Amino acid sequence: MRRKPFPWHITVFLAPAALIYTVFMIYPMIASLDFSLYQTVEGGKQVFVGLGNYIRLLTDPLWSHSFWNAFRNNVVFFLIHMTLQNPIGLLLAALLATNIRGAWVYRTIIFTPTILSVVLIGFAWKLILSPTWGIWFPLLDKLGLGNNEIAIALLGNEKSALITLALISVWQNIGIPMMLFLAALIRIPTELIEAAQVDGASGWRIFWRIQFPLIIPTVGIVAILTFIGNFNAFDLIYATQGALAGPNFSTDIMGTFFFRTFFGFQLRPGDPNMGATVAGMMLLIILTGVIIYLYGWQRRMEEVQF
Amino acid sequence: MFKKAVRILAASALIFGALAGVAFAKQKVIIESWRTDDLKLWKDVIIPAFNKHYPDIEVVFAPTAPAEYNAVLDSKLQAGTAGDLMACRPFGKSLELFKKGYLAPLNGLPGLENYSDFAKSAWTTDDGKTTYCVPMASVIHGFLYNKDLFAKYGFQPPKTWEEFIDLLAQMKKKAPAISPLVMGTKDQWEAATMGWHNIAPNYYGGEAGRKAFLAGKEGFHTDGFLKGFEVLAQWAPYLPRGYKAVSYSDSQQLFTQGRGFIYPAGSWDIGVFHQMNPKLNMGAFKSPPPAGASKCYISDHPDIALGLNPASKNKEAAKKFLEWLTTKEFAELYGNALPGFFPLHNYNITIKDPVANQFLSWRQQCEGTFRMTYYKLSDQKPDAETDLWTASVNILNGNQSPEEAAKWIECRLSSWYQPHKHFHQELNCK
Repeated sequence: MRRKPFPWHITVFLAPAALIYTVFMIYPMIASLDFSLYQTVEGGKQVFVGLGNYIRLLTDPLWSHSFWNAFRNNVVFFLIHMTLQNPIGLLLAALLATNIRGAWVYRTIIFTPTILSVVLIGFAWKLILSPTWGIWFPLLDKLGLGNNEIAIALLGNEKSALITLALISVWQNIGIPMMLFLAALIRIPTELIEAAQVDGASGWRIFWRIQFPLIIPTVGIVAILTFIGNFNAFDLIYATQGALAGPNFSTDIMGTFFFRTFFGFQLRPGDPNMGATVAGMMLLIILTGVIIYLYGWQRRMEEVQF
Repeated sequence: MFKKAVRILAASALIFGALAGVAFAKQKVIIESWRTDDLKLWKDVIIPAFNKHYPDIEVVFAPTAPAEYNAVLDSKLQAGTAGDLMACRPFGKSLELFKKGYLAPLNGLPGLENYSDFAKSAWTTDDGKTTYCVPMASVIHGFLYNKDLFAKYGFQPPKTWEEFIDLLAQMKKKAPAISPLVMGTKDQWEAATMGWHNIAPNYYGGEAGRKAFLAGKEGFHTDGFLKGFEVLAQWAPYLPRGYKAVSYSDSQQLFTQGRGFIYPAGSWDIGVFHQMNPKLNMGAFKSPPPAGASKCYISDHPDIALGLNPASKNKEAAKKFLEWLTTKEFAELYGNALPGFFPLHNYNITIKDPVANQFLSWRQQCEGTFRMTYYKLSDQKPDAETDLWTASVNILNGNQSPEEAAKWIECRLSSWYQPHKHFHQELNCK
């Protein structure tokens, strides 16, 4: 009996991707984690401190206050995306899947903000909401809200700034879940829907009994993509509120907290070791989410795939 | 025919360029700076003026964006690719570079005697013995006002703090559509820089107060320092509509478009405003002291200097440039080309811009002091300067009372600043 020869061609095909991924993703990640275990002392020397930086980040009030504040804000940021972006994205996809007239026009328009640069989005919304010349104000005056403390300074009030930014982000990114849902909906065999129609099922019933159960795997993927994207978010906050994520750190999320810690700010020099520690915590948070998804959701999903 | 001409031109340009490269190779001086706005000025005015004296030294001004300057310079210095001369930030940042050996000591540089000790203090070691950067300019805080609007409503610039607040109230009554005081809190730094640093020295007593603070006799929650927060809080009702979301550039626009009466200013705004609206008729008044005060204080902040990279290959040429910076010629050139950046030399120089001149005249009338949080108090985390931004914004936004904000910032500072340790217990900080 001859043994099967080692499948060399698989190695050859995998090598480029594995190499690039190792050099540009895995190595930097491990290097960054390693970096977070050191602290710089007088004279610029690096000293190994074990998990000291993590303990400091979570227990020293000067650090833990900022950390938990950023974490809380990030959770709020994520929840707003989950409750608005994804359901609305699904709704839009469901409407577009019904072959309404001019569907491609709507699809293009709704998807456009997604491909624009975040800096541009931040700048445009800053102008729209600017109390100096924003086009938001004539509208407010008409509604009789011209003197409402919060409405005239949406990005300047602690209560409204984070929600406003989350809504801007939802507006920008809604195209992505919409496209993913749409692709999944289109993939459903038409016989299933036609059979239901013949049986006299309403559109509502068809959606909830046939279409939705069949796109549940996509719902999971969209949720985990939103989670990863939101806990890595940085650019929109930085572009509109600056590195201090004002007012009074009410829009500070993990990304901006990391940026300030790592690169420093104004007179404050950066602390790369603590920055790497914050990055390590971000990795841990995202990893936890992904593991919950993989074991709690995707494993079960495989059983209902058709 | 045409192609040939182009070829000859290109070839001769190459040869000429190579020759020029050889001729100047030993005498090239590169300057690192964060003043990207001044690129044209250096190219057209300052460097040609220097080359009149030293035609064989080629000077290249190579600025980096202000927000990235510190980080970029640090990495360039570590990699050994930084320029021969570099613009120095005041106090802590430059001292740190000097201690790491990235800035050469300049003791004995001819011309350094043309500066007062106050001017040099931002770039001198704590023991006062070694100076490591040549001071270039300081910025002065005060208030700019729209002269035409003042004339229209018959207002006069205020002399005391009480008059000032009274004037703001009148403005709000007489002209509700025009903002009495143009400043926002969105970008945060204005509230501290144009606000607290501008007005508080009159309450804590300038340099004397600053020194008492450093020694631990005063804190943010005591006497004049607390009073500084309290008077700042009085501004809130007179700021523009939606000021919590008004950014720095928004307020610059508001003021230059004639939509506001008074603008809490740094002198660097003068040049910017001339460009934004050449027709704007501006006047200036200094930070008004409380009624009955015998002395007045202004914020006169050393902002920029030039230091020598010890790893430079053209140290002699670079030193010649530094020497030239100490001359009266440079002082007059720089002060007039950049109205609002005031040379720190001891010479009596004439500044042609009337508004800038007014700012400068306050040096004679009042005692100067620099932004107090820049020296020592921002060397460690949490640094007092960034905390001051947060505290000032919180006060103006109404999120914290002046007492709460003062206690908060003092607790943060006394958590690491040794001379203030006793306040940490007295205030029951957590």
